Amino acid sequence: MPKFLVLFLLFAASGLQAGQTVSIAAASDLVYCLEELNAAFAKLNPDIEVKASTGSSGNFFAQIKHGAPFDLFLSADVSYPQELIMAGLAEEKSLSPYAVGHLVIWTTKDDLDLSKGLDALTSATISKVAIANPEHAPYGRAAKAALEHAKLWERIKGKLVFGDNIAQTAQFVETGNADAGLVALSLVLSPKLAQKGSWVEVPQDAFPRLEQAAVLTKKGAKNPAAALYLSFLKSREAREVFDRYGFRLPE
Amino acid sequence: MHSDVWQSLWLTFQLATFTTLVLLIIGLPLAHWLNTCRWKGMVFIETLVTLPIVLPPTVIGFYMLVVFAPQNPLGSLWKQFTGHTLAFSFEGLVVGSVIYSLPFAVQPFQAALKSISHSLIEAARISGANWWQIFWHITLPLARHGIGVGIILSFAHTVGEFGVVLMLGGGIPGVTKVASIFLYDEVQKLNYSEAHFTALILLVISFILIFCMRLLQRQDTAE
Repeated sequence: MPKFLVLFLLFAASGLQAGQTVSIAAASDLVYCLEELNAAFAKLNPDIEVKASTGSSGNFFAQIKHGAPFDLFLSADVSYPQELIMAGLAEEKSLSPYAVGHLVIWTTKDDLDLSKGLDALTSATISKVAIANPEHAPYGRAAKAALEHAKLWERIKGKLVFGDNIAQTAQFVETGNADAGLVALSLVLSPKLAQKGSWVEVPQDAFPRLEQAAVLTKKGAKNPAAALYLSFLKSREAREVFDRYGFRLPE
Repeated sequence: MHSDVWQSLWLTFQLATFTTLVLLIIGLPLAHWLNTCRWKGMVFIETLVTLPIVLPPTVIGFYMLVVFAPQNPLGSLWKQFTGHTLAFSFEGLVVGSVIYSLPFAVQPFQAALKSISHSLIEAARISGANWWQIFWHITLPLARHGIGVGIILSFAHTVGEFGVVLMLGGGIPGVTKVASIFLYDEVQKLNYSEAHFTALILLVISFILIFCMRLLQRQDTAE
């Protein structure tokens, strides 16, 4: 074997042993919030490396079902974690609600009046409305439920475009390609998007509550760093971050 | 059953057909121009045309999303002409696919046109043939295999398109939800029967296309 290859393998092996890591799969509504959570976690636990991925909860659910090596799953709902538990792929004891998600109507167009709430979406000046894909993104399901609740689903169906996850949905609105969108409150409160456009909240009773839960996977159950991160989510430091992003504490 | 699958496959077929037609119309003159122009800066143009072979589709998707956003000049121009945004529309996907598949048409076209002997065309010109007669009676018959390869490759490459559509499409059934995206969504929903079905059809289509291309290439070398 060439020398450099031996050296490389030695490096790679030592990298595996040095320090602990926790790999997290998180719902896209956490994309900005998670950066702050991880920074706060790193302050308390400087020797634990956090590897975080964000995407739609349904996508992660499918990946974990097929052995994706995540320790901790922060879903945007509670049903995906529950299904993982039922499939024997996650630890039942570890299931913990960490936040309640809120849905907002958001636009970056200055001339759009959102004061009428969801009804504003029927306006002729709006040609495209972005929502997350209801088939595998919890916020998409919430958006669909809210539109059905307001008896608007059939009326604005032709205007809908579907983000792969709630972050892409927000990006469609942010770039102005969609005139408005139904996105997570946590995204429009993030420093990156807070100055852009206007938003109004969709009443919480218009859709099933977006109870967001975290769970340790079978792999994560054996990783003390992952359990530490999960308990960190209940800490005062984490709550402060969650509050800033509009995630009300679950009772 | 499977009506969504067929809808997405039909859309993929339409997208690939339109894209290939556009590429045929702009690709042949472009290939001719690249072959014959003596300008020193040509290598720059050639690099641009070849670039999509290596460019991550997300680069194309990102720039199109930003450049054609309705508040930007190109985007508002597009909206004035078509009445809607480029993103989330079938036309938008055609534009993205033309860029994405450009080298797969132009390179075989260039090679095919290059292989035609100059003296033959010169002789026709001296005999009084105009450019259209030369193109129709000499260039096209002699370059037909190479042009066929370019057509098949553009079509097949567009069928295989995913990243650009994922970024630009917005997953609208019947408008932008092509078969590759449909497959991706079905996998996320854990609908493996639909996913298997779509994947198998895409595999068979791709196989047939590349098989035909290989046959063409063999004939070409045999002649």
